[in-house]
Parts: sequence; structure tokens; C-alpha cells
Amino acid sequence: MSTTAVGKPMDRVDGRLKVTGAARYAAEHDYPNLAHAVLVTSTISKGTIAEVVTAAAVKARGVAAVVTHKNAPKMKVPEPFGGEKPSAGSTTAPVLNTDQVFWFGQPVAIVIAETLEQARHAAQLVRVTYQEQPANLTLDSAGKVTTPKKIMTEATTVEIGHAERALKAATLKVDAVYETPQFNHNAIELHATVAAWDGGKLTVHDTAQFVFGVQADLATRFGLKPADVRALAPLVGGGFGGKGVAWPSTYLAPLAAKVVGRPVKLVLARDQIYGCVGGRPPIRQRVAVAADKDGKLTALIQAGRSATGTTNQFVEQFTFPARHLYACPNIYLTQETIALDTCPPTFMRAPGECPGTFALESALDELSYQLKIDPVRLRQINEPDKDPTTGAPFSNRKYQEALALGAEKFGWNRRTPEPRSMADGRMLVGLGMATATYPVYRMPGSARVAVSADGTAVVQSGCHEMGMGTATAQTQIAADLLGLPVEKVRFELGDTNLPFAMVAGGSSQTISVAAAVSAAVAELKGVVLKLATAGPLEGLKPAAVAVRDGGLYRTDDPASGESFASILQRAGRKSAEAKAEVMPGAEMQKWSMHSYGAQFCEVRVDPDFGTVRVVRFVGAFDVGRVMNAKTARSQFLGGITMGLGMALLEETHRDGRTGRIVNADLAEYMVPVHADVPAIEAYWVGDPDPHTPMGAHGIGEIGITGVAAAVANAVYHATGRRVRRVPITPERLLAAPRDG
Amino acid sequence: MTPFDYVRADGPDAAVKQVVARPTAAFLGGGTGLIDLMKLYAERHDLLVDVSRLPMDKVEATEKGVRIGANVRNSDLAYHAAIRTRFPVLSEALLSGASPQLRNMATVGGNLMQRTRCPYFRDGHSACNKRVPKSGCAALDGVNRGHAVLGTSDHCIATHPSDLCVALAILDATVRTTGPKGERTIPFADFHRLPGDTPDRETALDHGELITAVDLPALPWATRSHYLKVRDRASYEFALTSAAVALEIADGVIKQARIALGGVGTKPWRAAEAEKALVGKKPTPEAFAAAGDAALAGAVPRQHNAFKIPLAKRTVARALAAAAAMPG
Ligand SMILES: Cc1cc2nc3c(=O)[nH]c(=O)nc-3n(C[C@H](O)[C@H](O)[C@H](O)COP(=O)(O)OP(=O)(O)OC[C@H]3O[C@@H](n4cnc5c(N)ncnc54)[C@H](O)[C@@H]3O)c2cc1C
Ligand code: SF4
Repeated sequence: MSTTAVGKPMDRVDGRLKVTGAARYAAEHDYPNLAHAVLVTSTISKGTIAEVVTAAAVKARGVAAVVTHKNAPKMKVPEPFGGEKPSAGSTTAPVLNTDQVFWFGQPVAIVIAETLEQARHAAQLVRVTYQEQPANLTLDSAGKVTTPKKIMTEATTVEIGHAERALKAATLKVDAVYETPQFNHNAIELHATVAAWDGGKLTVHDTAQFVFGVQADLATRFGLKPADVRALAPLVGGGFGGKGVAWPSTYLAPLAAKVVGRPVKLVLARDQIYGCVGGRPPIRQRVAVAADKDGKLTALIQAGRSATGTTNQFVEQFTFPARHLYACPNIYLTQETIALDTCPPTFMRAPGECPGTFALESALDELSYQLKIDPVRLRQINEPDKDPTTGAPFSNRKYQEALALGAEKFGWNRRTPEPRSMADGRMLVGLGMATATYPVYRMPGSARVAVSADGTAVVQSGCHEMGMGTATAQTQIAADLLGLPVEKVRFELGDTNLPFAMVAGGSSQTISVAAAVSAAVAELKGVVLKLATAGPLEGLKPAAVAVRDGGLYRTDDPASGESFASILQRAGRKSAEAKAEVMPGAEMQKWSMHSYGAQFCEVRVDPDFGTVRVVRFVGAFDVGRVMNAKTARSQFLGGITMGLGMALLEETHRDGRTGRIVNADLAEYMVPVHADVPAIEAYWVGDPDPHTPMGAHGIGEIGITGVAAAVANAVYHATGRRVRRVPITPERLLAAPRDG
Repeated sequence: MTPFDYVRADGPDAAVKQVVARPTAAFLGGGTGLIDLMKLYAERHDLLVDVSRLPMDKVEATEKGVRIGANVRNSDLAYHAAIRTRFPVLSEALLSGASPQLRNMATVGGNLMQRTRCPYFRDGHSACNKRVPKSGCAALDGVNRGHAVLGTSDHCIATHPSDLCVALAILDATVRTTGPKGERTIPFADFHRLPGDTPDRETALDHGELITAVDLPALPWATRSHYLKVRDRASYEFALTSAAVALEIADGVIKQARIALGGVGTKPWRAAEAEKALVGKKPTPEAFAAAGDAALAGAVPRQHNAFKIPLAKRTVARALAAAAAMPG
């Protein structure tokens, strides 16, 4: 394959559609006779519904039906996400088929009316009373504490050497507790589902990161064959993990449609997304690190507790980064969960690696001051030659290259080591850095490739575009695999009628789908070759032929061959197609496969007000070969921006008495606005990984990792104040004790 | 929201009549505050009388002062030449608020009448004496990081959120109204009420009383005035703390001072004691710090908002220092 298109900063294939408003998102789908559904949600965290009074709502203008647990058709609860079969089960709570309340914001009724306004109004007329029970809402509550048997496929506890003993023996060490609160995703596109039944067949337009998961979920709930459920999500307006599983709104829309016998549209209001879509759980972690006087780590401990729901088992894998980053003879890593009566938490951009790097990279920074060793140098000293906990060789670790690249672009050498040493007038200036990391995950994927007699190609896979540029990158990949110009290739996605794809998660989609497209192109070679019954390719075996320049060419005589179009025309065929399904190989067992990066940040802190403004940010990444320089850069910028929010602004505030989230809107839950985001520079090493499809790694999540630590470290450098709990608000910063 | 009727008023008197006739009717200005609250069911109105097109939309500058029509949009006022040069504090306060889109819609009348951001008030169902008299106050022992430390009562600790009003508080503004009892003027200090045991009654206006204009007397030394707003986010956030200040300095001595605070009071908070303490003093950091202390003398914190007290003191001191550094 010649890389003509891959890597280029190609404009998005759907960019024009999006900026002109012509792109249609889930909520923009319409059907004749469409009704609108609005949810009524619980106002307690735990208990039983005593009574639901619907009379006023039923009588309200335009109302078609009010559905409660009393009259809702029964649904079967599918297996939760993470089991054997692909599933998008978000929670095991039998929502709307039970009088039990498991969390504040759980749907307890649906009102369906002619218009959205009528449905909203009537929803507000539904009166629900409860028998309330005490709820567990915090990490310190009486919720059930569990040490999970496994975290994904890995052991929960990793022990190498004697970490506590080594820590005790050390004089240069840090032993501290770091906290991250609940965060919520806040994609701009609200969760929405449009559901239409046609006899026993169901079609849903859903804001999904996993259409096949939605298909399986709905099939189970409504007792259908998966083939009778079609889920579509060709365009999603941001997901960040919040649309990775089927939250109640996804199945309550079809339920409502079933009850009223009409197509139904259900769009969650922003506060309902906080209420019935899980966020990132709160986490408390202890990190202890010790080193000898040369900076070589002698002990590394990371242990802590993250919240899960009572109706799911979600483990935020915050100890994962420490398993692979630094050489250390004594390592102890473990984690536990506490089950809370809250909307079950879920994946949010870089689950695990994001909060895990905040704690680990903050602790290393603290250690650097003890050692009086530059933080970059400390990370050079502790570079491992093989995976520190699995012992596996690295597939293509280029962390040191990324670190050097970032340090150079940022101008790290102008940093003076002492805290509070870089003031500018009244403002305190600080420079901080942290490591970024994210694993290489690959999942099963399948794709269909069709070439036409007119010289074009269509490539299909039921994967997802949520803003990251999926269709664009896959168009580039397919164009190069086929040797066609990108204009001749169309990529179709987000539909269960297309070949199977997994959830757009774990930064796995690009390579999982690319592997399938590549395999489908290889299949296609044989299919087309069979049609070449005359000309230079006649009678050749597939092995003697290569796909190139939009056709097939002899490997022994590269000048001799024929275009797909010409072969098809002669054969009297409009098109030819092939499909392939690819499972991930054993490479992940054989190699330690990760992306790496180094995040550099400059802050200015007002010492009187405790306000922190980030004025510069540089991220340098080792992510294999980059598929599209433009969309890749956007992913890094987006990840870093989200990391700035985590560092300084974002926190889901819950009323400790009721469990209600009190800042469930974008005025009060603060995400960075333009004025908070400085010029961000993103660089990459670009060295292809020999063990991944296309030499690529996924890049959707690594951008957020390490950012909060880089900011916290810069804040310490500026102020001499260490804040171990994000967001670093004025009150937390001013209350933190000051060194130096 | 509750279904409602909508009428566009022909004139101020007609508007007053229409609202007076219906106990739950309300005037509609730019709609940036009212519509949100109706969608949240924090407010319910069966009639909205749109006054936003009434011809109360001029800024008239005279020797005696400035008259600002109630319908002047926040952005138009902020960029008005006379305001920018004669009352910089006002322009700065406006531009520190909300977003450009909101400022383009929001009117002066609506801004004076804007309601608290207290989440328990806005959620439509928590205990809230302001929304439902005598129902209690969920904020007292709830999440109260944003709440007030000055002017609070056992019944309500909600912060008055406006930036514009903090600036108006130091400018001796008067509010002109027309209502069921005819026209009147209300000194700005009397316009907003303390919560006491009736936090539902927020202003001196009667039901159906329409704001027509805000008058600012000439205040020559207001050219040396400044608004400083401190917040988590660099833009698009209500104040954690803010200060509007003006200084008259002659011969190196403060002759007169004006100080008001935002983000910390249950109403736009004029700090008269702190002003007095500055008169006759040299404009030094010590004097400004003392003014900050005096301004917060009676502050009462709750669980999450104690940080606002030192923060507000420093905000006052910094704003005064900035004003002192301005050309007089
Ligand atoms: C996301 C967001 C962020 C914001 N941030 C800030 C901020 O940082 N700082 C800040 O100061 N403000 C902020 N605001 C508030 C904004 O300034 C107010 O919403 C706006 O000023 C209200 O003006 P309006 O014309 O839209 O009023 P409306 O919403 O139309 O009305 C508000 C109230 O005033 C009454 N009213 C309107 N006109 C008159 C009149 N002539 N006479 C009597 N009563 C009248 C209405 O009946 C209603 O009760 C923010 C608002 C939003 C939505
Ligand atoms: S502080 Fe005031 S507005 Fe907020 S809940 Fe209490 S009474 Fe209501």
C-alpha cells in the first residue's frame, strides 16, 4: 500500500454537511404522526414509589398516554455491558417495570403528547410520592465495598517485590491521597431517540456510540430477533463515553412508541442527562512513591476506591497507567469499588488513565522536589526496558522521544526549579509537566468493500462518527488500500444494516475498522480476479497479484495489470464486493502496547484570588502513525481542553441529603469557555507501530490523560501550594499549605 | 412551562393595565432570565406582556446626568460613548456579565429584576422560601458555595447575581417607574430588598409596576471608577466576588469613595462604612485593605462559602488600587 492519502490533513468528508446544518442528527429525524415523549424522573435517591397520580397529566391538552410502572409493558433486562456477548446494558435496574427507586433522576413515568411543549407541561403535572430510604452517596458512606475479581481482563491487584517495605526503608518519598470528583460528559448533542415500529420490526435513530449494542439491548428488552431491530447513528454530536451504552431513554422511546402505536421522539433535557446518564465516578487514591538519591524508583504504590452503582459494576481502572509507565522493583497496585445509590457511573474519556495519571503524575512531581531532580529528568531516569509489571517487550514505545519533543517545543529549559521563582509582576508563573498514556485496544471489526464499474468504491462498517473524523480517516485508509483517489471512495457507517462493529470506545475504532477494511480489500482481490477472464491478469492466483492504483497488478510485472473499472466493464458487471470479519490477534498478549505522551503547561496564578489561568499548553504524543493530521490534532486539542476543565473547573455537585445534582446545566457545571483555553500545540513522533493495523494507535483518549496533573504541577511550581483534589478552585488553592 | 398568553404592549400604560389585571402576569423584556425560569417551573405566569419594543430604548446624556431607558440592551449600554467615558465602572460591569449573545438580548429593566441563581430556587421543587413562602430553605444546609455572606437571614441566603446593579449601587442611581399608582422614582438603594422573612418580595415594585428608565446623576469623579469580577472561569460565569468602586482623589488624599460588592450580598451591596473609612486617607494598599475588611465586617458564612469573605476583601482592595492608578 502506498500512503498517498493516509496521514494528510484532509478536510472532513462530512464537514460541509455539518457546518451548513445539512447533517441530520438523531433528534432531527421525523416521521408522519410522530409523538413526543418526556420523562418524569425520581426526586429521591433510594426507596419505593408510593403513588403516582397521573389524572391531571392524562387530561392535559394533547396527551396521548402516560406510562408508569403500573401500566408499562414488561421488558426483559439484558446482561450488563462487559459480558460475553456484545451488550449495551447500562444498568440492571428494571426501569419503569419496578416501584423501586435506585437513584435520583431515575425515570418513573413517560408522558407522550402531540407536541414537545404539551408533553413537558403534562410531565410536570404527574405527582409522585415515595417511601424514602437512606441512601449511600459518597465514598465514605455505608455502601457495599467490593474488590473486583478482575478489571476488564486484568488482575485487580498487582504485586511485585515488597512495596510497603521499600517505602518504609526510603527517606526520599511521597505518600499522599488524591481525589477526583464526579464529572459528567456534557456532549453538546443531547441524548435522543426516535423510535418507530413497523409491525414486529423496530427502527431507532439513537445518539449511540454502539449501534449493535443498542440493537442487542432492544432485541432482548422487547423479545425480538436482533435482525428485526435496526439502530442508526451515522452522526453523533459528541459522546465521550456517555453514549457508549443504552441508557434508559434509548429503550423508553420504543416503549412509548409501542404504547401509543405511533413513532415517538424522546430527547433528554440537559439536567436529565445528569440524572439518567452516568458520569465519571468519584475516586480517592493513595499514591506512594520512593526513590534513591539518583532518582531511581524504589517503591510505587497506588491504591484506592472508586464509586460504582448499585445496579451496575463499573470499575474505573485508575491503577492501569502505573502498570506500564516506570521501572520500579517494588510495585503494589490495587483498587476497590463502593456501590452508591446514584445513577450508575460509566466510561468517560480515558476512564482509568485520566484520573489515574492525575494522581500518579502529581505524586511523581512531588517526588521530584524531594529529589531536587527535574521532573522531565526523573521520567528519563525511570524509563523501563520492558513492561514493568507484565515483563512483556514493548511493541514500539517511543515515550522518551515524545518527552524530548514536547520539552523542546515547550521550552522546558527556561523553567527555574524552585517553586514561586518565576513571577511576572504580581502574577505567579508556573511550568508543569506530566506523562500521558493510553493502551492500544483492538476489538472485532468487519467491513464490506465494493468497487464499481464507474471507478468508485463504497466501504461500509457499522462504526461511529461522533466528531472525531471516523469517515474521513477510513476514507483515507480505504483509498490507499485500493489505490484510489479519496474523492472516489465513500465510507458509510452507523447503521446495524452494515457490517458489525464494536462500540466506539477504548480508542479502538480506527485500527479495528482499518483491519477489517484491509481484510475486505484482500478478499475483494480474489473476487475481482475471478472476473478478469481475459487480459493481463487472466488465470493468475491472488498471490501473484497486488491491489494498487485502483486495480489489480501483477507482482512479477508491476506495469501489467488492469483497473477495477475496466475489469468490471468487460465482465459486464456494475460492481463487485467483498466482506471480511477480523478478530484482534494475539499481539496484545505478546507485546506491551500503549500510546504515550508528555503534557507541558504554563499557568499564571493570581496569588490574592487563587485564580489559575493556563496560558500555554504543549502536548507531544507517541501514537504510532497518524491517519489524518488535521483530525488527529483536533482530537488532541479536544482531549487537552477537556483535561483543563477537569483540572480547574468541572465538578458535579450533589446535595448530600437528597442526592440531587445541583449544578446540572452548562451555566453552573463549568466547562472551559474560549477564554479559558490558550493556544494549544500538539505534536507527534509519528513512528508507525509494527504490530498494529496501519501502524496506527487510537488517539481519542490519550489527549486528556496527564493534563490535570500537568496543571496541578504547574500550579505548585507557581505557588508552592500542592492541591491534590481537582478541580483546583480558588478556595482549594488558597487553603492549601504553602511550601517555599 | 405552563401554557400562557402573550401580548405585545402598545404603550407603557397599557402594559401596566394588562399586568395589573392578571395576578400572575409578568412583563417580558429580553426574555433571557424569565423564559429560563418558566421552563424550569421556578416561575409560572399565565400572561406575558412584552414590553421590549416600547420606546424606552434611549440613552440620553445631559449635563445633569444620564437617563437610561429600561429597554436599552446591555450591550448597547456597555458600548455607549458617554457611559464608557463618564462611567467606566458601568461599562465594565456589563461587559463582565453573561455572554455577548445574552447581552445583546438582555435589557436594563430585566437586569435590575433578574433573580438569583440559587439552584434550589431554580429547580422548581426543593424547599425554597423565595419560590414558595414558608416552605423552608434548602440552601442553608445544602450546597451553598455560591451563596451570600452579607444581608442574609434564616429564611434565605440567595445571592443577587447582577453585575450591572453593583455598578449602579455606587452611582446614586434612581429607578423611574410607572405603575397602578402612577409614576414614581425609587432611590437605587431602596429598590432591592433584604430577604428578611419575606425573601419572595425582592424589590420595591408593586405588581404591574413597570421600570421605564434609570437615572444617573452627574458624578464627575466617576471617570475614576472600576469594576472587578473574580470567578473560576475566565468568562461566562456569575461573580464569586466582585467590586464596583470609584475614587475622588485630590492632592494625594481620598476625598470621596464609593464601594459596592457583588457575589456576596443578598442585594447589590453598597459598603458605606468602608467608603467612610477611606475619606481623608492616602490611597495606599493598607487603606484599601482596611476598606476591604470594613466592607465584610458583618459577613456570615455557611458551609461552603466562607472563602468568599477573604476573597471579597481582596477584591475590594484590588479594585480600589486599580481605580487609584487610573488617570483622575
Ligand atoms: C447563562 C446566563 C449567564 C448570565 N450571566 C450573567 C452575569 O454574569 N452577570 C449578570 O449580571 N447577569 C447575567 N445573566 C443574567 C442576565 O443579565 C439577565 O438574564 C438579563 O439581564 C435579564 O434581562 P432580560 O431583558 O432578558 O429580562 P427578562 O428575562 O425578560 O425579564 C427578567 C425579569 O424582569 C422583569 N422585567 C423585564 N423588564 C421589565 C421592566 N421594564 N419593568 C419591570 N420588570 C421588568 C420580567 O418580568 C422578569 O421578571 C446571565 C444569564 C444567563 C441566562
Ligand atoms: S437561599 Fe433563598 S432562594 Fe435559595 S433555597 Fe433558600 S430561600 Fe430559596
